[in-house]
Amino acid sequence: MLLSSGISVLRWDIPHPLHAPDGFFSLPLAIAGYVVVALVIAFAIRRTSGELNERMVPMMGVMAAFIFAAQMINFPVAGGTSGHLVGGALAAIILGPWAAIIVMTAVVGLQALLFQDGGLVVLGINLFNMSIVSVLAGYAVYFLARKIGSSSKRTLFVGGFVSAWVSVMMAAVFTAFALAFSGTSPLSLALPALAVVHALIGIGEGLITVFALSFIRVARPQLLQVRRGAQVQLAEGV
Amino acid sequence: MKVSWWIAGYFIALAVTLIAPFASASPDGLEKVAEEQGFMDSAREAPFSLIADYAFPGVESEALATVLAGAVGVTIIYLLLAGGSYLAYRAVSNRRA
Repeated sequence: MLLSSGISVLRWDIPHPLHAPDGFFSLPLAIAGYVVVALVIAFAIRRTSGELNERMVPMMGVMAAFIFAAQMINFPVAGGTSGHLVGGALAAIILGPWAAIIVMTAVVGLQALLFQDGGLVVLGINLFNMSIVSVLAGYAVYFLARKIGSSSKRTLFVGGFVSAWVSVMMAAVFTAFALAFSGTSPLSLALPALAVVHALIGIGEGLITVFALSFIRVARPQLLQVRRGAQVQLAEGV
Repeated sequence: MKVSWWIAGYFIALAVTLIAPFASASPDGLEKVAEEQGFMDSAREAPFSLIADYAFPGVESEALATVLAGAVGVTIIYLLLAGGSYLAYRAVSNRRA
């Protein structure tokens, strides 16, 4: 019956920012999304395999589990709208961009396959926005913050907040472009609307990211450098 | 008793799902924009339904269904990523040895 209706209004009891259902994006774009995502993930798996160490292996699981759980927690933002953590920046800060892409891909993929959260046809685009754009944008900002930051603590918190905010904004901007390209909503409408609401959701993203980073810093500070062993090994060609 | 951080991390994620029943049910950013700009109708239902809407099927209590769905997801994703990375790590270590 669900199938025969073809078009029906989705019931989203727990709504999810940027998890677009099938039908929001055009088929050619959806296919292109799958192709690009497959290439990036293949590269990410190759890079991450070389970086893994004894601490990073369980951290992949813990980070994915936390982000999955945190994505279920919608917090209210202005005007009867809600948002929740995406987590791309947090994962990138702790695990580096390539491992973070794998973590985010697993989370968003599982949500689509098992929880019918985000469409299967458009999964490639949702993955592109949430697990590639958000991670790379968040990582780029954090990388920059580390270059110009004076203290490691301030870099972690201020850099973490800004990188989380930018990661959500960039994902929203790319979602708007995908909607416009698909003819679903013109860019002149979709872009400002999605940008404004995600500018607010990004504040929540920033606060949760900073909270998680400070928790790790207090509880297990060595996990902030979970990648260090791998980088040393790579540099020495071990 | 000393608990490894990666066991504690799993339980922290499980604990976070306990908040899920109290999460905001307002439409999210994308859904709100879709409603306002009238393209919500172009959304199509998924071809199959397993644990849709983060509610474990057949559980009467909504809160319990949500927490169960969360626990299932947290456990699967944790085992998938930690297990998968472990296999990759072992394969690379063996090749280097």
